[in-house]
Amino acid sequence: MARDGEDDEREHLMVSGKALVKRFGGVAAVAGIDVEVRRGESFGFLGPNGAGKSSTMRMIACVSPRSDGELRVLGMDPETDGPRIRARIGVVPQLDNLDVELTVRQNLQVYGRYFGLSRAQVRAKAVELMAFAELSDRADDQVEPLSGGMKRRLTIARSMVNDPEMLLLDEPTTGLDPQARHLLWGRLYQLKQQGVTQIITTHDMHEAEQLCDRLVVMDGGQIVAEGSPSELIRRFSTREVLELRFAPGEQDGQLPHVADLAGRHEVLPDRLLLYADDGEAALEAAHARGVRPVSTLIRRSTLEDVFLRLTGRSLVD
Amino acid sequence: MRTMDATQRGPALILRMLPFGRYTQGPGSVVERSMRVHSRTWVIMVSGFAEPVVYLLAFQIGFGALVGKVVGPGGQLVDYVAFVAPALLAASAMNGAVFETTYPVFFKLRYAKVYDAMLATPLGPVDIALGEISWAVIRGGVYSVAFVLVMAVMGLLSSPFAVLLVPAALVVSFAFASVGMALSTFLRSPSQFDYIRLVVMPLFLFSATFYPVSVYPESVRWLVHVSPLYHGVELMRGLAAGVLDVSMIGHVAVLAALAAVGVAATSRRIGALLLG
Repeated sequence: MARDGEDDEREHLMVSGKALVKRFGGVAAVAGIDVEVRRGESFGFLGPNGAGKSSTMRMIACVSPRSDGELRVLGMDPETDGPRIRARIGVVPQLDNLDVELTVRQNLQVYGRYFGLSRAQVRAKAVELMAFAELSDRADDQVEPLSGGMKRRLTIARSMVNDPEMLLLDEPTTGLDPQARHLLWGRLYQLKQQGVTQIITTHDMHEAEQLCDRLVVMDGGQIVAEGSPSELIRRFSTREVLELRFAPGEQDGQLPHVADLAGRHEVLPDRLLLYADDGEAALEAAHARGVRPVSTLIRRSTLEDVFLRLTGRSLVD
Repeated sequence: MRTMDATQRGPALILRMLPFGRYTQGPGSVVERSMRVHSRTWVIMVSGFAEPVVYLLAFQIGFGALVGKVVGPGGQLVDYVAFVAPALLAASAMNGAVFETTYPVFFKLRYAKVYDAMLATPLGPVDIALGEISWAVIRGGVYSVAFVLVMAVMGLLSSPFAVLLVPAALVVSFAFASVGMALSTFLRSPSQFDYIRLVVMPLFLFSATFYPVSVYPESVRWLVHVSPLYHGVELMRGLAAGVLDVSMIGHVAVLAALAAVGVAATSRRIGALLLG
């Protein structure tokens, strides 16, 4: 009986990792993470470069064996069932690896054949996916002259060729202009509506807020926080942020006058950030104390504030 | 969950002895990709066939007149062009296979990331190795059929066993394609292709291609025997003349062994490079 319940739960877990480790030589790129992705959700891996996001994605995509820990994808072990798992997922790699020796249409057809689909199936699928990616008028063009946004759309379309239950998107919109980005987000939302589970890595916080139901923040190979975007903001930041801009060099001198107005503050090269639940009240209090910034801004906390708090502001290259 | 995993360790252990993800799903779709890519570049296919034919004509018109008759397999005297033609067939099978599996493979592996894309599907490294090598063999096979037809038209075939020249050419292609592809995975920059030329050129010239191995002093003959092309040349020469003997089994075995080693090494290397 208990087994049935367990299987049932497994059925809904698209990915389940326990103490998952990936080492390259002596270095642990992923240093023991627990992660669960449920059917139908959009799940995000956030983190700076080198945090271990892509290594985790490659393990889930069954193209990189884990060094330690447990991993189940679609209820199977990537180590022994790699091809069976890959048959049911779609992968959008960080860098487009479209086949430059083939046309747009052929890219979709040939890729479908790799999954063992019949010639008739891939012919129909290519037409459907070109419409989805708004590339029908470029069907018989080579891939190379396409714009960055078009290539990205084609890569996403290609990842759909096997009607995957789960899509792995590694920085899907990095390097795209806002129009292309919004178009892609629209497409991903459409797929989510169709019930396709999505795992997304990004360091674009706006993208994470747009796309992810739930996310983890990774840093140095470990998960440092987990939750929905709004939960994370609630937990790791305040409702609002008061930004006080001073003449260069003045902000350090002003800090003692305002530091106690907020639970947390940060000194940046050109301004002071006060993390306060009521930005307006904090600003009034600062004014009352005779603090006269050059300019002020009250804004809502974003995921970016959470991200910077958790992963720091220093560069990690 | 713990207990379930423990029971799964048994079969998992056997699978783990195979390198990660190398199980094969069937290389057909990899071959199909190459066919699509080359469906428009048939001109190159034609040129690959034209080259050995031009060689044959040169030997017929030029060297043939100069050299006269030479001792062929089984001790019979044959025209020089009939002596050299089967060797050229073997050499062109080698050249075609090496060409097809070196630069194009390097490009797909290092720059175009074609194999990364394939590995995201149910395909594995063995599929990629077999698919790419098969394509080189198919392409080589088309050339060989044409080449053998030209030999027949020029009256260079003296035995019905000559029909076996085509399968023999496929074996030579397979051996060199798989070794060529394995070597390509070790190359890091296009300039290193000169190393492969450095190997292929002496093989082409010194594998008893243009003169019998008896020309060499006894002390260096073993070197010729080491050349894989020599085994292809001897096989072809015997078949063209209809002189069959047991040593042919040995020649085929050497080539088959090379093919097997090449496929295994290629799969292993692709796995090591792309499935890290």
